[in-house]
Amino acid sequence: MLHIKCPHCGMRSQNEFSYGGDASIKRPELGKEVSDQEWDNFVYNRKSLRGKHWELWQHISGCRQWIKVERDTATHEIFNTLKANEEIS
Amino acid sequence: MQKYSIFNLVKNAFSNHDNWDLAWKDPTPKEEYDVVIIGGGGHGLATAYYLAKEHQITNVAIIEKGWIGGGNVGRNTTIIRSNYMHDDNALFSEFGMNLWRKMSQDLNYNVMFSPRGIINLAHSDAQMNVYARRGNSMRLNGIDAVLLNREEVREIIPMADFSDNVRFPIFGGLMQPSAGTARHDAVAWGYARQADSMGVDIIQNCEVTGFDVSAGKINGVRTSRGNIKAKKIGLCVAGSTNILAEKLNMTLPIETHLLQACVSEPVKPVLDKVVTFGAGHFYISQSDKGEMVMGGDLDGYNSYAQRGNLPTLQHVLTEGIAMMPFLSKLKMLRTWGGIMDMSMDGSPIIDKTHIEGLYLNCGWCYGGFKATPASGWTFAHTIAQDRVHELNSGYNLNRFSTGHLLDEKGLGTKTWIS
Repeated sequence: MLHIKCPHCGMRSQNEFSYGGDASIKRPELGKEVSDQEWDNFVYNRKSLRGKHWELWQHISGCRQWIKVERDTATHEIFNTLKANEEIS
Repeated sequence: MQKYSIFNLVKNAFSNHDNWDLAWKDPTPKEEYDVVIIGGGGHGLATAYYLAKEHQITNVAIIEKGWIGGGNVGRNTTIIRSNYMHDDNALFSEFGMNLWRKMSQDLNYNVMFSPRGIINLAHSDAQMNVYARRGNSMRLNGIDAVLLNREEVREIIPMADFSDNVRFPIFGGLMQPSAGTARHDAVAWGYARQADSMGVDIIQNCEVTGFDVSAGKINGVRTSRGNIKAKKIGLCVAGSTNILAEKLNMTLPIETHLLQACVSEPVKPVLDKVVTFGAGHFYISQSDKGEMVMGGDLDGYNSYAQRGNLPTLQHVLTEGIAMMPFLSKLKMLRTWGGIMDMSMDGSPIIDKTHIEGLYLNCGWCYGGFKATPASGWTFAHTIAQDRVHELNSGYNLNRFSTGHLLDEKGLGTKTWIS
């Protein structure tokens, strides 16, 4: 069982969250010409790192906010959590 | 190589079975091979076997970081089926079914193939319609499919919950009678033994640390046991695909996720089919030892842990108990996990890459074990001929950028996100 520290609500169990994938992926800017390769990278291609991984979670059974979590994908250790609008440093 | 037969069994009984040949050798890596296969799992071993058998390429090495059969080929729930609707999946899988049917004879190794049938349960009229459509598609592709109504399902699996007050009543099901199970370790060992006997080097405890690529061509692989030259290299590393892709500066439409399975304590024979729950994700069969073999959903977040977490197991088994209430009386014997190469449309990739001489076999999601022979056969063809076979032409890598997804379930991208 993971324990995730929601930046809004504090430490909660994994059961309250749902997963949203890699948080480092950025949608191509609106209104700009987007190449197939850029679109491909946004929709499909993932590094799926082994080790530290910034990812999106939603506190779906709590405050319902999306948050960013830095977690080790091999040990499940959680290092850091941020609000959705905070930039990964 | 000694043939496994009743005569050799009797003969060796007189010498206390001390004189059997080793099933495969433990060679030190040579400097150069014609083909190097990375990953000594089911798919890698099968690829090497078919390279030798079908294409007479025997100067081949299989490089395995751990020990052969220690990954997903030893961690799956042993289900074999070809109940797919889309042509690419159906024809590929049915080709594989034919290889499964003769595998024990072909490999001179009893893989205990047991075509006991699989039933996908339906829990609504709409689901029955979907299954009728899939069954018809299967039959058009020459695959056996039978649509069962509620009473017919009750005849076959009376232990399922047919009471009146269940949340997901059983409306019927789609059965593929020729589907079944096989002994997964035996598949790895059988392919390894035959590949070894034809000259393939199986190199264990050998981790890939890098690749030698120059001018868009692959020249070799760097490993913990030295550099190995090869003009052709095939990747068959399932959940480790992304790790090796990073060393090749490739980003793939794959995420690595954890899938758990479990077995109950052994009980007397009660279930002679593979059964899947249609209102969630749960599947069950009974092993020859009597254990109920069960599995279901991914843990749900990227993971390389090879071990699972309890919330998902609890969720999966809740579905199992809803389908077959007697399961709640059983004790859990063992649970484990493996790391899956989840492709973005749920279908695999067997293709060439932009690097000349580098071939890719990945994206097997939940269905790698049943694909072992067909994957090995088509991947061997792709490597030997340097072009894809008709059977794996739909499993190309560029379908994601061109939009020709092979989306069997019609769920769109990232099918595992709930």
